[in-house]
Amino acid sequence: MNLGYYPGCALHGSSNDYEQSLRACLGALDVTLAEIDDWICCGATSAHSLNHKLAIALPARNLALAGRQGLEEMFAPCPMCSMQLLRAGQAMAADTRLRDEIAAMVEAEIPSGPRVLNLIQVFQRIGLDKLKSAVKTPLKDLKPACYYGCLLVRPPTVVDFDDAEQPQSMEAIVAALGAKPVAWSMKTECCGAGMTMAKAETVLELSGRILANAAAHGANCLVVACPMCHVNLDMKQAEAAEFLRTKFDLPVYYLSDLVGMALGLSATQLGVDRHFVVVGGAN
Amino acid sequence: METTSGAEPVISQIESLSGTRLPECYQCGKCTAGCPVAERMDIPPTRLMRLLQLGDSDSALRANSIWQCVSCQTCTTRCPKRVDCASVMDALRQIASERGMLSPAEQRTVLFQKAFLDNIRRHGRLGEIELIAAFKVGVFLRDRNLPFLFRDAGLAPQLARRRKLHLVGEQARDRGVVARIFARATGAPATEGGAK
Repeated sequence: MNLGYYPGCALHGSSNDYEQSLRACLGALDVTLAEIDDWICCGATSAHSLNHKLAIALPARNLALAGRQGLEEMFAPCPMCSMQLLRAGQAMAADTRLRDEIAAMVEAEIPSGPRVLNLIQVFQRIGLDKLKSAVKTPLKDLKPACYYGCLLVRPPTVVDFDDAEQPQSMEAIVAALGAKPVAWSMKTECCGAGMTMAKAETVLELSGRILANAAAHGANCLVVACPMCHVNLDMKQAEAAEFLRTKFDLPVYYLSDLVGMALGLSATQLGVDRHFVVVGGAN
Repeated sequence: METTSGAEPVISQIESLSGTRLPECYQCGKCTAGCPVAERMDIPPTRLMRLLQLGDSDSALRANSIWQCVSCQTCTTRCPKRVDCASVMDALRQIASERGMLSPAEQRTVLFQKAFLDNIRRHGRLGEIELIAAFKVGVFLRDRNLPFLFRDAGLAPQLARRRKLHLVGEQARDRGVVARIFARATGAPATEGGAK
């Protein structure tokens, strides 16, 4: 399978462990990634907070670049990026005047596609049966809390993926790998997202609550499919524990880490050794 | 060009930016009940919607709530009347920042978001270290808070050890077009920005 690939800024920055993980994992499953040539930032929260037009134009430029490359599908592993790409595409599909205006702004023709996929959808495309049969090391000791956060499932009118309140698609994947996902209460609560720098206390409180709930429901790790969630739950885990006057020992894996581990890839190959919290305590 | 003009009534600006009809809200309170940061807000989402229905955009634009919001989309998702409350928050932030109607306590979030966009405008892709430096210096120049300036400095060696620290970020090749997109979206001349 060959997929268009929009890494986004985080995966080429401090979340490069996520890119390492998904390249290793998807490579082992014969998925090749065609990076969008000269892609630019989607604008993220800053654009949609401060300039509505920019929040459509920046993703639109990337959709146009993907169209130029003839890509019909575009894998965006960061849910912030994928939600913004979907939102921009839908806004322009619904309003031809807006589409023409944005095309002029970004100096490129806006294609009617491409279809935007998140990481879970890529694994669904590969197929759970194929994943199951490729498992070499079943993850029988793992009891993950599958954490979706916000933008994989919200807003449902834009992302149209799984159930917005009680999603199960990640649980189905980790169960196929032999892990035993726990039932818990905060799988779609917000981790504090992009407030990490500007309002650190918000992130420590929200992420701390999520970690505490996962632990209380018997999880021995968390699984995410978002670079920002990983930063807040992994890098900030020690600080969140301190903030809530408690202790956490919960490794946080990208979904591609777990698939890769079940396929027999090592922690070093996947970049798991570069996380802050590793099995047996902080790294 | 694309900034909100002072001539258009604020309430209709909010409705057109957010794609939402404000009178639809029937005050059930689901948005506030699900909001993860409602307890940090001076005016919770349900009451913000009511203020806007009553035409009091001034109080809504000056509320700290719009800068506490983490854009999690829970309010929008749960609204039984399909009011896009999260997009109303975006519209309020855009108009408040354009008009300089920020409560002083909330300047940090805006400084961060402005530094983020400035970084993208010049490079096309985010340079994390440059963003953090620009943000921290910007905050320091405002409030002279030394502990905040150095608060996250200890993370640098930890990130470096994990090969997660890039002193110089990536750049797009065609930075000219990025600068022109920003100029068209903000109505500012495209003087800065990288060469094509």
